[in-house]
Amino acid sequence: MAEVTVENSITPEPKGNVVSRFVWTYVFATDHKVIGLQFLFSSLIWFFVGGFLALAVRWQLAWPWSDMPIFGHMLFAESGGQMSPGFYNMLFTMHATIMIFFVIIPILAGAFGNYLISLMVGGEDMAFPRLNMMSYWFMWPAFVCIILSFFMPEYGAAAGWTSYPPLSVFQGDAQSLWLLAMVFVGISSMMGSINYLTTIIQMRAPGMTMFRMPMTVWGMFITAIMQAFALPVLTAALLMQLSDRLLMTGFFLPENIAVNNGVATSGGGQVLLWQHLFWFYSHPAVYIMILPAMGMVSDIISCFSRKPLFGYRPMVYSITAIAGLGFIVWGHHMFISGMNHTLAMSFMVSTMLIALPSGIKVFNWIGTLWGGKLQLTTPMLFCVGFVSMFVIGGLSGIVMSAPPVDIVIHDTYYIVAHLHYVLFASSVLGVLGAIYFWFPKMFGRMMNEKLGKIHFFLTFVFLNGTFFPMHFLSRMPRRVADPYIYEGLKDLLPLNQFMTICAIGMGLTQLIFVANFFSSMFFGAKAGRNPWNANTLEWTTVSPPPHGNFDVQPIVRRGPYEYSHPSTECDFFPQTETS
Amino acid sequence: MNRFWSVLFLLVPVLGIASVLMAMYGVAPLESAWLPKSLSQAGDTIDQLFNGIHLLSAFILAGTVFTIGWALWRFSDRGDSNEKALYVTHNTKLEITWTVIPALILIFLAFFQMKSWAENKMDRPTVTVDGVTDFKPPMVMVKAKRFGWEFYYAGDDGVVETEDDIFVENLLVLPAGEEIVLQMESRDVIHSFYVPELRLKQDIVPGMTQFVWFNAREEKEIEIMCTELCGWGHYMMKAKLNFVSRAQFDAWIEEQKSAYSPEFKNEAEPAAFLRESNKSFSAKLSNVARPLLKLKIN
Ligand code: HEM
Ligand SMILES: [Cu+2]
Ligand SMILES: [Cu+2]
Repeated sequence: MAEVTVENSITPEPKGNVVSRFVWTYVFATDHKVIGLQFLFSSLIWFFVGGFLALAVRWQLAWPWSDMPIFGHMLFAESGGQMSPGFYNMLFTMHATIMIFFVIIPILAGAFGNYLISLMVGGEDMAFPRLNMMSYWFMWPAFVCIILSFFMPEYGAAAGWTSYPPLSVFQGDAQSLWLLAMVFVGISSMMGSINYLTTIIQMRAPGMTMFRMPMTVWGMFITAIMQAFALPVLTAALLMQLSDRLLMTGFFLPENIAVNNGVATSGGGQVLLWQHLFWFYSHPAVYIMILPAMGMVSDIISCFSRKPLFGYRPMVYSITAIAGLGFIVWGHHMFISGMNHTLAMSFMVSTMLIALPSGIKVFNWIGTLWGGKLQLTTPMLFCVGFVSMFVIGGLSGIVMSAPPVDIVIHDTYYIVAHLHYVLFASSVLGVLGAIYFWFPKMFGRMMNEKLGKIHFFLTFVFLNGTFFPMHFLSRMPRRVADPYIYEGLKDLLPLNQFMTICAIGMGLTQLIFVANFFSSMFFGAKAGRNPWNANTLEWTTVSPPPHGNFDVQPIVRRGPYEYSHPSTECDFFPQTETS
Repeated sequence: MNRFWSVLFLLVPVLGIASVLMAMYGVAPLESAWLPKSLSQAGDTIDQLFNGIHLLSAFILAGTVFTIGWALWRFSDRGDSNEKALYVTHNTKLEITWTVIPALILIFLAFFQMKSWAENKMDRPTVTVDGVTDFKPPMVMVKAKRFGWEFYYAGDDGVVETEDDIFVENLLVLPAGEEIVLQMESRDVIHSFYVPELRLKQDIVPGMTQFVWFNAREEKEIEIMCTELCGWGHYMMKAKLNFVSRAQFDAWIEEQKSAYSPEFKNEAEPAAFLRESNKSFSAKLSNVARPLLKLKIN
């Protein structure tokens, strides 16, 4: 085996004083690990902004039109601190936008994708380091647009994250900034996905065949393919809406609608066209927001079960199936939209089918746990939490994919329950588990286990307290500033107050995580190369890995899940180990 | 501590299923939480599907999450043995079983519900007059607008969108026990017509016409909700829906005729209610750009 010393030819080692060193390492970073951390930190900051917006939404639902603590008097001095209904619409719009486009997608693909892909396939860096740098930079115009939009007269876009025209076309200017921001995010993801695909195809270490790749890498790979196919459609749709707003085109506007101050619209457009284009991206996007997490969860569960991942190949095939079917189910968001009712039937069938590979994944995770020697560390708890919560989210998905049932629950809080079980209770728990798991690699120190477990316990309890009752609100429309205006909904107030209290508890719990994160970064126990006795390549190098990743070119000899192999002494068998 | 975690996970299906059953069978404190009592035959069918799929889900939830909790209980490493974990990579028989059985259940579900969907959304009621079968004409034309509902009853001619339409705002009175067809259009943005008691929801899309039909079996006062975000006043876009007896209905309609019978308001009204776009740059631009564009075209 030849020893290859890895030299990075792209950026010279930073020289000069502190400032220029800082700028060269952290701003003009081309090292995939630094870029990964950039994505991680900006996403975590936005996570707190998005969380605040959510709490404000919950505040209004529990104590409608009462004084908002702190912010009420800053923003609504003239009305005595009570928010306006338009402001409420802004809150849930921006909450969803930030959580989806600035938190979950960038943290999964941007942060973990960047950090882990190269390390796990044994490459020295991504295939296109400068493109990678650009993909982070392109987040910033999006950040700027969204921050600016908060200072517009209406305090931000307020047409929902789905942004359905004609409403969105006639909203204030914040909507234009919102559209621009989404275009930039799309460009950023696009650059990222091209980079991930090329890296995974081209930059694997010797011996790393496709079917020796860890599930994390498979998740990122399939996600990147989905992004590459779906994003162009979204970008086109966004630009069309922007041009409807600014250039008076009428892609999404019919004739003679009575908004726009009586100014006729050019017409000739189709309102439903936007919904088709949007969901053609956004349904695949919901899987973009979970496949990488599923990959990471698979790796973590296998590691802490000290047992091979059950049914590795079916796991790969099922995420592939999810990705494929994911492109033909978008119509399930439009059962009630006025779309052809016969067409709804075919979308129903494909949606039912997509539940199948999702189910297979759950069964395989359980199969992995069964007969293992489980180590219930913090990352493991989060991942087991992921699996059990994903079951609930997947099941409510099946309920909604039955169109007659969806007649009742479409656009009510039941949908909100479903999407939070899959996005918060699954994806976010998976992300938190992944942070606890790879933190030692990223910063060379362990996170505090005790605080981690308290964090898990409280998050788990409060999230169920917040989101489970939403299943029972299938007669309460979503996106309504004051549901109690309806006689039939007045009795739901106490339940809503209960959920808000849980939500506040969940928000406060995250402070434990922040404290743990920063104190461990500086004072945590030193981690060493392989604190969890894991098999994959990233654990063979030092923590944190240097620029160029590996001191010795890794040669891969087996798959990533050879835990407790009968022929070995210890219960793990790293991918590079000679037998 | 391991036991603690496994109990935590075991509690998920226990509490989850208990609360679903409580809501379904009306046990306190969730007795009124889920859906209000259904008012129509079609609604009952939807309820059966709704409850059936939820019971099935509860069953699957129990099966999977109990197994997870039990696995944690049984297989946690207590540090008391040197035995290694089982080395099992797959089990083809087991995997085929847990693929085929759910697949069959899902395919069954897919076909089973089609009838209810057709009944609610596809089989528009028909009438046969003089041997000719045609769609039953709508009794009321619903015009949704920011932020209210306009209802135009077909007058004596039995046809909507004519001179003798009877106009009522934010109040829909209908006879119980009859099959009723509504025609729905929007004046501005998308709205959605939701009546939980009828298990009825339909988006109303500008530029398109929708029809809904239902048959309420009881006289009752309920509400119509808007379930598609339509702007700042979305939350107050409600209307009353009263089901009354045929006699009461006829009397009420007579009253409305004498009270107010405007011409059918078909052309779009200038929208003074569009608060935001008054200030908006794009609206100003459109005021400027519109004549310019016209010039070019002419
Ligand atoms: C078992 C698989 C799943 C099925 C059958 C399913 C089905 C559905 C259906 C039918 C809807 C539309 C409901 C409506 O608006 O009336 C929906 C909404 C949604 N789903 Fe899923 N889903 C599944 C998994 C997921 C996953 C894994 C995610 C994300 C990680 C997800 C995220 C969402 C979101 C965000 C919405 C709401 C979008 C909105 O209207 O704002 N779903 N799902
Ligand atoms: Cu979807
Ligand atoms: Cu509305």
